[in-house]
Amino acid sequence: MRLRKQQRLMLVVVALLLLGGATALVMAALSDSVAFFVSPSDIANGKVEAGKRFRLGGLVVPGTVQKGGDGGQVTFALSDQVSQVPVSYRGILPDLFREGQGIVAQGSLGPDGQFQATEVLAKHDENYMPPEVADALKKAGVWHEGEGHGPGPAGATAENEKGPQP
Amino acid sequence: MHRFANPLRYQRLADAVFPWALGLAVLLGAIGLYLALVVAPPDYQQGQAYRIMFVHVPAAWMALMVYGMMAVASVAAIVWRHPLAEIAARAAAPIGAAFTAIALFTGSVWGKPMWGTFWVWDARLTSVLILFFLYLGYIALHDAFDDPARGARAAAILCLVGSVNLPIIKFSVEWWNTLHQPASIMRADGPTIDGSMLTPLFLLAIAFLCYFVAVHILRTRAQLAERKIRNLRLSADAA
Repeated sequence: MRLRKQQRLMLVVVALLLLGGATALVMAALSDSVAFFVSPSDIANGKVEAGKRFRLGGLVVPGTVQKGGDGGQVTFALSDQVSQVPVSYRGILPDLFREGQGIVAQGSLGPDGQFQATEVLAKHDENYMPPEVADALKKAGVWHEGEGHGPGPAGATAENEKGPQP
Repeated sequence: MHRFANPLRYQRLADAVFPWALGLAVLLGAIGLYLALVVAPPDYQQGQAYRIMFVHVPAAWMALMVYGMMAVASVAAIVWRHPLAEIAARAAAPIGAAFTAIALFTGSVWGKPMWGTFWVWDARLTSVLILFFLYLGYIALHDAFDDPARGARAAAILCLVGSVNLPIIKFSVEWWNTLHQPASIMRADGPTIDGSMLTPLFLLAIAFLCYFVAVHILRTRAQLAERKIRNLRLSADAA
């Protein structure tokens, strides 16, 4: 009886190991297509064909946001600290959109190298703190907005802007 | 663990634990909600809307934990044939499915104002949706057989196969680019949530856990009683 239990335990362990290994291989193979967005460097490295629809993720470069006069036309640049891509978009921006903020834009690359976005999503970072703490950190110069995951824009002049109040 | 595989011994332990779990769930839930909704300051960027995380994060943790517990119980059911292990896994499934549904719903409500969309097919959101379907599939498969023992067996195997999804959910935000933000609490360099927000979050997480323990005991008791009735019926029919 004891022997059969051990056999079953071995069977379960081996099955789980095989399953885990197979899943790991599938995940490794899928890694490119599972990514939700590509970075400006990927475009610079020619990983994306022109005219194809994809999502572009990066930080809004401070000082590049320009709102056009004709109803909702916005242009800005997205950067990942290595490369920079100009983006143009017409539509409503999410509340969290601001300079230094992580953004995911969906659209395609125009022939002039400008990314034509049809949808803009804000990517929230993993930092949660009261406004006073954020102010104190900014004053002390130890932290800049948009500097969550990975390197943020150096010397970002983050505005002291509160989130949307209900 | 083998000690409590005996239903009688389990009943005695469960009777002792139940009032404590229920009391703690109510007490910590009330304190946690007060701290979370009244005392905690607004977020520097998200304002008041971030408070959804006080429900979202504990629910998501419980969704993973309950599935993990079901996977452990399923191993015990397959390897050692503990009758109580099957019952414990089956009793946990609807509660875990409810936690997953809460996590998906609250996340989507938060996502609309913050991200600008209710839903995206990024790795984190998709893997949690798969977890929800695994729960539903487990429940459906368990009850799909005329012979309850075969149903329990098939469901236990499904549960183990599905457990590969747990590390995928946990690490999806680190392995791939996702719209969902990376982990704020269980990370190598410590939490990135301010202490004034972390305390109510942990209180509510413990409250959710205690709630799960209490409801799980109720459901396990009900299933044990159901089994007893079925056995009595069978022996009455035989007589």
